[in-house]
Amino acid sequence: MKLPISWINEFVDIKDLPVVEVARLLTSAGLEIDDIRFAGLPLPERDDHGFKVSGIAWEREKLVVAEIRAVEPHPNADRLTLCELFDGETVHSVLTGAPNLYPFKGQGKLPKPLKVAYAKEGATIYDGHAEGLVLTTLKRAKIRGVDSYSMVCSEKELGISDEHEGIIFLDDDAPAGMPLADYMGDAVLEISILPNQARNTSVLGIARELAALTGRALKKPTYELATSGAALTGLVKLEISTPELNPRFMLGLIRNVEIAPSPAWVQRRLRLCGIRAINNVVDATNYTMLEIGEPLHAFDYDVLAARTSGGKVVISTRAARPGEKLTTLDGVERNLTENNVLVCDARGALSLAGVMGGAESEVTASSHSILLEAAAWNFINIRKTANQHNLPSEASYRFSRGIHPALAEAGLKRCLYWMAQWSGGQIAPGIVDNYPLPPQPASVEICPSDIRRALGIEIPLEKVKDMLERLEFTCAWPPTSPDVGDSTSGDVGLRVTAPPIRLDIGAGVIGVADVMEEIARLYGYDNIPETRLADPLPPQRGNPALEAENRVRDSLARLGLQEIITYRMTAPEAENKLLPPGAPRPSLEYVTLANPIAPEKRVLRRSVLASALAIAEKNARQRESLALYEIGAVYIPQGKDLPLEPRRLAIVLNGKRYPAAWDAKVGVKLDFYDLKGILEALMTSLHLGVTYAPAEHPAFHPGKCAAALLGSTPLGVFGELHPQVAENYGFNTPLLAADFDLEAILAALPGGYPIEPVSEYPPILEDIAVIVDEALPADRVEALIRQTGGKLLESARLFDVFRGEQLGAGKKSLAYALVYRSPEGTLTDKDAAGIRSRIIKRLERELDAKLRG
Amino acid sequence: MLEKLNEIEKAALESLAAIADEAALEAWRVANVGRSSPVMSVFSQMGALSKEERPLVGQRANQVKLALEAAFAEKQSALKQAALQQSLASERLDISLPGRPLRAGGLHPATQNLRRILAILAEMGFQVYTSREVESDEYNFQLLNIPPYHPAREMQDTFYIDTGASDEAERQVLRTHTSPGQIRAMRQFSAENPENPPEIRIALPGMVYRFEQITARSEVQFNQVEGLVVGKNITFGDLKGTLAEFVRRMFGRGAKTRFRASYFPFTEPSAEMDVECFVCGGKGCGVCKKSGWLEILGCGMVHPVVLQNGGYDPQKYTGFAFGMGPERQLMLRHKIEDIRYIWGNDLRFLEQFG
Ligand SMILES: [Zn+2]
Repeated sequence: MKLPISWINEFVDIKDLPVVEVARLLTSAGLEIDDIRFAGLPLPERDDHGFKVSGIAWEREKLVVAEIRAVEPHPNADRLTLCELFDGETVHSVLTGAPNLYPFKGQGKLPKPLKVAYAKEGATIYDGHAEGLVLTTLKRAKIRGVDSYSMVCSEKELGISDEHEGIIFLDDDAPAGMPLADYMGDAVLEISILPNQARNTSVLGIARELAALTGRALKKPTYELATSGAALTGLVKLEISTPELNPRFMLGLIRNVEIAPSPAWVQRRLRLCGIRAINNVVDATNYTMLEIGEPLHAFDYDVLAARTSGGKVVISTRAARPGEKLTTLDGVERNLTENNVLVCDARGALSLAGVMGGAESEVTASSHSILLEAAAWNFINIRKTANQHNLPSEASYRFSRGIHPALAEAGLKRCLYWMAQWSGGQIAPGIVDNYPLPPQPASVEICPSDIRRALGIEIPLEKVKDMLERLEFTCAWPPTSPDVGDSTSGDVGLRVTAPPIRLDIGAGVIGVADVMEEIARLYGYDNIPETRLADPLPPQRGNPALEAENRVRDSLARLGLQEIITYRMTAPEAENKLLPPGAPRPSLEYVTLANPIAPEKRVLRRSVLASALAIAEKNARQRESLALYEIGAVYIPQGKDLPLEPRRLAIVLNGKRYPAAWDAKVGVKLDFYDLKGILEALMTSLHLGVTYAPAEHPAFHPGKCAAALLGSTPLGVFGELHPQVAENYGFNTPLLAADFDLEAILAALPGGYPIEPVSEYPPILEDIAVIVDEALPADRVEALIRQTGGKLLESARLFDVFRGEQLGAGKKSLAYALVYRSPEGTLTDKDAAGIRSRIIKRLERELDAKLRG
Repeated sequence: MLEKLNEIEKAALESLAAIADEAALEAWRVANVGRSSPVMSVFSQMGALSKEERPLVGQRANQVKLALEAAFAEKQSALKQAALQQSLASERLDISLPGRPLRAGGLHPATQNLRRILAILAEMGFQVYTSREVESDEYNFQLLNIPPYHPAREMQDTFYIDTGASDEAERQVLRTHTSPGQIRAMRQFSAENPENPPEIRIALPGMVYRFEQITARSEVQFNQVEGLVVGKNITFGDLKGTLAEFVRRMFGRGAKTRFRASYFPFTEPSAEMDVECFVCGGKGCGVCKKSGWLEILGCGMVHPVVLQNGGYDPQKYTGFAFGMGPERQLMLRHKIEDIRYIWGNDLRFLEQFG
């Protein structure tokens, strides 16, 4: 909401406060100022005020009110005129091309001088012809043979609006020679209105806040109207079918209006607020809405009367019927639903209540009598309607926040007043008011103990009363002993009642909190001292699930993998890239978004691996090797119940095993065993005794895929992806991946683990190589060696796998480095030889192995 | 004989002085102190000497032998030293060549940043409480004092889940904030002792979702960290004191804060907390959009309706809550202009965080 400070100043005297101080007061009270645009008033001298400012100040000496006394043609240019202009001191001849001066050209001395904004030589203003806002300083020049050193200004040149079609005409009573800054210098505050501050969507609301914050008087407008002619009450009838949707509806009538442009100052104000000036009647509704906060709607009364063929005009409000249509005044035919509320007459719908008027009964240049509507609407309904028809309007902006029905009366009277002022019409006596559902005024009791409890400070009730009354609350005085609570505490309660401008104050303990916010705002958040928590430290519970997850994260980062975090939103076809072409598609259920931002982000992922692979693909060109992991949830729908969100771990490896260095250009590619090594190290760091078994998975190479098992519990699959899957992600080199169930891993984490003592005695080192069948898994050989070696075999490390003709077809040699050591004493060669021969015997007997010579 | 010994010594020492390499030295050793060296042959010729001469010659021969051996040792050491010097002088590396790269892993910057925030909060007694991301409309909105069609719903553009449910109150949503965790925590803890529920001091981190187009300035998903304190003596002053302390830990002891009134449906009074811009020190710069202040978090006293919905009697308990956007802080701290970098996972971006 944009409001000029000059307007606010009419309701509370803040002329002495710098504009940025006003902005600071409002911002601290919850009315955040997004931007201050200066149009004439001096800009702040220092720039540490904390606000975004724009615009220009008008130099008092160089920008003044002036009058044009005659408009003559330029001797050498058709499109230019020469004005005889008086600036309060001297008469000048000023060159201009403003089209709105053409009508006055060549008339000689004008009967009524035109009041304009005059920029003297050396004045700094915006360049009216430039794109955007570019400052320029007026310099003396010759234009087509005529001396030019000053000019009459457009709104754009003064920073009031974008308008540069013609010059500004001021009202006739503008005093020539007065500095323009004094006459109409302004600054526009752009204010964010929070959802609970419907009462402040107006100049009056902001002025009330400023009055309360500064302790100054609020000058409320008066609503005494002079009326004449036949009373409205006999001419119209009002029917409200559903008071919940329409708690109040009021009508007023003004006759013999003369549709014309509004006074210059009204148009200027509207434009400063970002609203287009239309004519004196429509402008009055908008002006009043900005001023008082009540949106109004003007009907052409003669159109309505004609529709009833001279009978009584019956205005009714009701929900729209399915299939009903209405052409709104923007010319769009709207398909209505029962969510929309209509203002109708006997012939049908007239307007979309609280949102936009209909085209037929719109005020036009030929309107004579205006029927003015001021009403209260159910804010939920307005919200639904404005959203449904994508019609955010100034009216729906206010109504959808909950405007108090009491405002209808103030708005109606103020608007009739302005219409009469600007259009010369006569207000008919009698206002028609149907008010079936007045809101109950909220009333709560505030005790000093409530303030202490919520804010931690002591404020005397006298001061509370003073603060709340400034916001127009009613406070019963003196305070009484409280209705509830401990009557022996000596506490007294102040009974406060919310003013009939706000619907945001609740009852009971909620109302107390609502009022507490008002007390804190006016007291000033900055004035409440900072304190340390005095409450006891609550039970410390920790978060083992997150701590364990973080252990996995840390382990993988230590192992040289980079963590990634990807979008949870994806598309099923993106996840199907995990399967080779032609593989059967599993019919996975997805958590599906009802309002996705894009088709490729329409479901929540079922696979973290698919997300990680997409990132690998994206990074493939950046790095020679990739080692990525992601930990995160997947989402499994459960029908009407909330989905499951189990966490998974995905790892992706690709490219060179060793980063290239300047002296070692090793091109070895990462393979299955690199990935397995990482997983083994991870499991070791988590103290999990994991076993590995060959596995089949459609995403993986059939011969290069394994499952990790904890006992019989599968933790995940890993291996080299199927080459066609790798290709799906743009890789033609081995792409390694792991897809693990993090919940299963974390569930298995041991609570603790013992640390073995380390032996001080010397080891006996020995290598053995055995020849076994190719098909025999190596881990069986190692397991048997370890089992047989028992406690005295400290370690057995496979250091070579060899295949060759000399071994025979279908055979391989496995060579192990064995370390024998006892924790109790020095082993002898004889001890070692004994273990060795037992190992060899069992290998020969149980695995058909042969010792390699 | 003694004369001969003097000559032997003199000749040997002279030849030793001329030696400049290990091979020549070894040859000298064999020739001058070896078994068949002149001095050693003197010992073998002792039998031919007279009884009187024998001790004199023996003593002198011994002297010469020891002297030559000592001279040899000295020479050997000198040669080794010279050789070492030479080799050290020749082994000069170009230390400007780059080191061999390692494959270094790392945590995502969002994880690093989240941990930093949670670690500070943990030291202040805030325990981490995590909860689900797909929520019911009830938990995400209604129990937080945001009934259907409440104007506050427009503050949070929401992703809805297609469950086929037609009743809006039954809808599932992607949580728009971690606040539903406040209700879940309060309900869990109050169930432990409904008559006298335990005090609460928790941090609620996690991914939240907003229906936005993805641009340099807006994202569909981002982390949030909320804090919730509930007890019997919690005041707005405590809120200010606790958050000011948090900010001083997060942004430095000198960090200045400012509280201004705001609105959130689940807190009242509500506030925005601004921190004096740490880039320009409050003078105004591009980062703070010339305001000198950075909006860092929203906060307020827990709304009585929310306490009630969590099983805490608002007549007995008060509390405060706050919420912040870690990624926003990350961007401010590292002057990251485009939020899409965060989930873009370009390694050239991620690796800069180490
Ligand atoms: Zn700054």
